[in-house]
Amino acid sequence: METEIKELKKENRTSHMEYMEGMEVLDSDVQERVIVAMNAYDYDKYTAKDVKAALAHTECTVEDFAALLSPAALPFIEEIAVRAQEETRKHFGNSIYMFTPLYIANYCENYCIYCGFNCHNKIKRARLDEEQIEKEMAAIAKTGLQEILILTGESRKMSDVKYIGEACKIARKYFKVIGLEVYPMNSDEYAYLHECGADYVTVFQETYDSDKYETLHLAGHKRVFPYRFGAQERAIRGGMRGVGFAALLGLSDFRKDAFATGYHAYLLQRKYPHAEIAFSCPRLRPIINNEKINPKDVHETQLLQVIMAYRIFMPFASITISTRECERVRNNVIKIAATKISAGVSVGIGEHIEDNDNVGDAQFEISDGRDVDEVYRAIEEQGLQPVMSDYIYV
Amino acid sequence: MSEVVKNEDKLVIGGKEFSSRFILGSGKYSLDLIKAAVEHAGAQMITLALRRANQGGMANILDYIPEGVTLLPNTSGARNAEEAVRIARLSREVGCGEFVKIEIMRDSKYLLPDNEETIKATEILAKEGFIVMPYMYPDLNVARDLKEAGAASIMPLAAPIGSNKGLCTKEFIQILIDEIDLPIIVDAGIGAPSQACEAMEMGAAAVMANTAIATAGDVPVMAEAMRLAIEAGRKAYLAGLGRVMEKGGSASSPLTGFLRD
Repeated sequence: METEIKELKKENRTSHMEYMEGMEVLDSDVQERVIVAMNAYDYDKYTAKDVKAALAHTECTVEDFAALLSPAALPFIEEIAVRAQEETRKHFGNSIYMFTPLYIANYCENYCIYCGFNCHNKIKRARLDEEQIEKEMAAIAKTGLQEILILTGESRKMSDVKYIGEACKIARKYFKVIGLEVYPMNSDEYAYLHECGADYVTVFQETYDSDKYETLHLAGHKRVFPYRFGAQERAIRGGMRGVGFAALLGLSDFRKDAFATGYHAYLLQRKYPHAEIAFSCPRLRPIINNEKINPKDVHETQLLQVIMAYRIFMPFASITISTRECERVRNNVIKIAATKISAGVSVGIGEHIEDNDNVGDAQFEISDGRDVDEVYRAIEEQGLQPVMSDYIYV
Repeated sequence: MSEVVKNEDKLVIGGKEFSSRFILGSGKYSLDLIKAAVEHAGAQMITLALRRANQGGMANILDYIPEGVTLLPNTSGARNAEEAVRIARLSREVGCGEFVKIEIMRDSKYLLPDNEETIKATEILAKEGFIVMPYMYPDLNVARDLKEAGAASIMPLAAPIGSNKGLCTKEFIQILIDEIDLPIIVDAGIGAPSQACEAMEMGAAAVMANTAIATAGDVPVMAEAMRLAIEAGRKAYLAGLGRVMEKGGSASSPLTGFLRD
């Protein structure tokens, strides 16, 4: 950080709980209910008895979910895995869905201190034009994939809604399933992107602890905690078929964050029963120019505990296992609870095609660089069925 | 059961005859097991989610379904009648035939069918010449409306999809069997051969199963077990089940015996 950044001083930052101009305010009590429940969640009070009771129940209650996320559940990790696998098989059989993310731009107006794309990080920025997007998508489609997740850095200026919409329209030519992981927007903008062909929206809340959130997201629209929180609800109201949730585990108290993530999804599913629910389970990864960040707090056991608790709590939800995890972890987690896996991943810009000068740096380091064929074969070797699409755009 | 010719005991749906009364699902298990499952199941009809049928893509389920088996594409993914109609039309366009199983869900948790929208879609698709087999929550009034709308069979659920919980709606399915003059095919929730057998003993025309087979340790062997159970249940139904004595043995006419005194 060679130049002075004024937001590093707390008095220079805007209020993270106040909406900025143009941000849609929802009439919804979901945020309040999630925060109240998360604050009340005392994971140390749960005992082995609570965990056993949770495993004995046919339907997993919110209290059972809380117990499964508690430290008391750790000695039962194998029993929980057996139950999680059973639920996964009942709802998904042995299907494992494949997709790849495509980063089309990495310009960002936010200053999030843990993220490689943050506006003060000196990285190579790029934004693919329509022709380049088409070339990248054509190259990806050739690998056999039929689902794509379109990502941008969070810059409305450099990647406006229309630009993202054009990317969706191009994607419709090459893919059956289009997901978005872009900045949160208003419900009419989600409706527009739905018309352009997208049907799934994922927004990571990062952390549900608003005090911690304030210290990590120092500037930009992402600083506004409640606007980000409402993204999934606005996406559903905009007509999206499914929404994805995630906390970036390790930013704050991961048990509370995982509880809030699950409860957030639970309340929205009850409010909008038709909405399809998805979870991602990222842990912090090292980023360029920041050696302090390391995913040390959430070990593999805890990560697995969180993934399995999501599965048992919402057995019908899609769960994606991130490329932040290594091949060994990913191969095993799809056997137990995850139902979706990426392959042939590049988290930089413009890396799917050769002779392209318009390339941008990556958001984080990935741990599993296997291509589509390798992941496809690995899924089959586990006795599972790779599925390229289980979706029809109507 | 009017369409069943007892001496040959064929299941007739939409004018097409089937000697098998086991409709097999194709989801939730490895594609290379489909052929073996069909053979062991002796199935002549197999369902597939049209959304899984990728045109020309990798892992296209259509490439794995043996020839000669009647396809029963379903409209899963549809949240209302309009979407179901669109998926059904698409299914016909891509060559999946005239049969269609209507599945309309607006509940992502239990995947319970929306009966009202299902009636609407049945009416539209039956008029367009489809052989419509609606998946429904067992409600007598709805079943009558579906018949009126042109359904070729009625497919009431036994329990939520994938739950393997068995005949939770048994009494209501029995009412449909007794009252509706169409093949009643028990769909969803059948978790074990014994449950499939029981459904057939009740007089169901056929049973549809997927998860029970897909989640079994040995898919083809479970398909065979299910076939045998369905055949046994059917035979028992045709033979006429004996009286079930719920409260132990009964004395001869303890209340009305005086009439003979």
